[in-house]
Amino acid sequence: MNDILTAIDWSRAQFAMTAMYHWLFVPLTLGLGLVVAIMETIYARKKLNPSTPQSETEEWLDLTKFWMRLFGVNFAIGVATGIVLEFEFGTNWSNYSWFVGDIFGAPLAIEGIFAFFCESTFFAVMFFGWEKFSIRQHCAATWLTAFGASLSAWWILVANSWMQHPVGMDFDPAQMRNVMTSFVDVALSPTAVNKFFHVITSSWSLGACFVISVCGWYLLKGRHTQFAVKSIKVAGVVGLVGILGTMITGDSSAVQVTKDQPMKLAAMEGLYEGKQGADLVAFGILNPGKKWDNDQDAMLFEIKIPKGLSILGRHDPDAFIPGIKDIIEGRDMIDGQEINTVNYNERILRGRIAHKALRDYNQAREYKDSIGMDRATEKLARHYQFFGYGYLGKADEAIPPVAMTFYPFHIMVALGTWMLLFLIATVWIVFRRQEWTKYQIAGYPVYPWLAIITAPIAWVCSQCGWIVAELGRQPWAIQDIMPVQAAISSVGSGNVKLTFFIFLFLFTCLLLAEIGIMLKQIKNKK
Amino acid sequence: MKILSNIFNFYYDGFRSMTIGRTLWLIIGIKLFVIFAILRVFFFQPALHGSDEDKACQVRENLLKQ
Repeated sequence: MNDILTAIDWSRAQFAMTAMYHWLFVPLTLGLGLVVAIMETIYARKKLNPSTPQSETEEWLDLTKFWMRLFGVNFAIGVATGIVLEFEFGTNWSNYSWFVGDIFGAPLAIEGIFAFFCESTFFAVMFFGWEKFSIRQHCAATWLTAFGASLSAWWILVANSWMQHPVGMDFDPAQMRNVMTSFVDVALSPTAVNKFFHVITSSWSLGACFVISVCGWYLLKGRHTQFAVKSIKVAGVVGLVGILGTMITGDSSAVQVTKDQPMKLAAMEGLYEGKQGADLVAFGILNPGKKWDNDQDAMLFEIKIPKGLSILGRHDPDAFIPGIKDIIEGRDMIDGQEINTVNYNERILRGRIAHKALRDYNQAREYKDSIGMDRATEKLARHYQFFGYGYLGKADEAIPPVAMTFYPFHIMVALGTWMLLFLIATVWIVFRRQEWTKYQIAGYPVYPWLAIITAPIAWVCSQCGWIVAELGRQPWAIQDIMPVQAAISSVGSGNVKLTFFIFLFLFTCLLLAEIGIMLKQIKNKK
Repeated sequence: MKILSNIFNFYYDGFRSMTIGRTLWLIIGIKLFVIFAILRVFFFQPALHGSDEDKACQVRENLLKQ
């Protein structure tokens, strides 16, 4: 039993580690791809306009090629790091992989095929085709590379969103898997659409902050100043549009989470007791002794924004937001009317009824009793939405780790706010003043230093977003239907531990190689 | 045939003229070797075996024994 628990924890740690490393590369590909495409478009317009001075056209070509090279480095190092996640699904999470069926497999297969064709054609044109294609064709290939990368992300996020909010499927007990009943419901679920735009726009802001950060270093060193200013102009606008898009989609995400995953929202805010006009914690320290069923205060210290959580979750300052205790006990309130949701003890009971129905189906199948099979299938379908609760011993096993959800959420919001302010300042400075050295502290120019630190801030912010999304839905591999302890394969913990450290070593080497090659490119720019 | 030859030459010339790309291809090669030839072969074999029906039985057993 202990080995199973250890295997679960190590498998989770391994998946988290590989996904987080993978996510170091992906948002930069998405963000930098757009920046490069815009730069090349500017270059193409200048090139095709005979009145543009030759020197200006060449400046934009140099700009485009430099950032394209860094894009290529990141792409090359990051490519295939996501494949290992699919290995882990097949080996460590085989029950899950089978159980989700084509719903998960189809988007991943589309992504794989699409990525392969896009990357092997447009990517090659982008890097090898400067002399062989017209400027318009080359520019189109660059846009298609950026677009293709985003579309690849779409399919991955469709798969992830289905795990957060499963729709468009029926469970078939004969195949022991979920069968897709509506591709449109799966591919265009509001959760998937929202998640896609949230991820894409946040990646634009990350890619932009990376560009600005590198340029900050050039400004600090007094090298390539005009190059840096032009780059910052493009990146500043992309970053600002990106961070505003991230905030808008973050807001609609919060509404969706309140509706579909209220436990996640409660964990994000450390909210144990719901209230009307709930406050948003701007800064807080959780009380480690707080449990959902004791009377201790949830916070040791907090600074609140009055009614902020009600506005965030339900777009109504007086709306009720249920806390962890309310959700477990089945209480909510809509439009001032108290309503009963299904409490967690009942969910566990109904989950066990669903399990029993599956056993009955199995037995009827062995005896070729079609009436018994139909009866069991009908009963299973009636309680299937709570199937996962049948694996839980008691209600508090359905509470996600509150501290590991609360702190990353608040770090994400704080760093996102920093990025917003920094990008507003950047656009203002670059388009209005261009006095980089005016603002100084102890003789050092402030802006370039702020620019340099903003790139790592953007990465931490992006990683925190995923930590909130994934830890906040624990214990579920598939929301309400399959907890992680049911999703795991019968694997020994030793093997998972060993591969954890192999991945850690491999990915750390890749990251160091990327940083080393990029720094060399940046330092040696002519 | 001419199209195929043009495509081949396009990639061939592209790879030949790479500078930094050679280092990157070396890294990609090592990475893919480790991922597919070592990790996949020795550590990441699929946990379910047999026909689809066999796999369904294994999952049914796994999910109902808990």
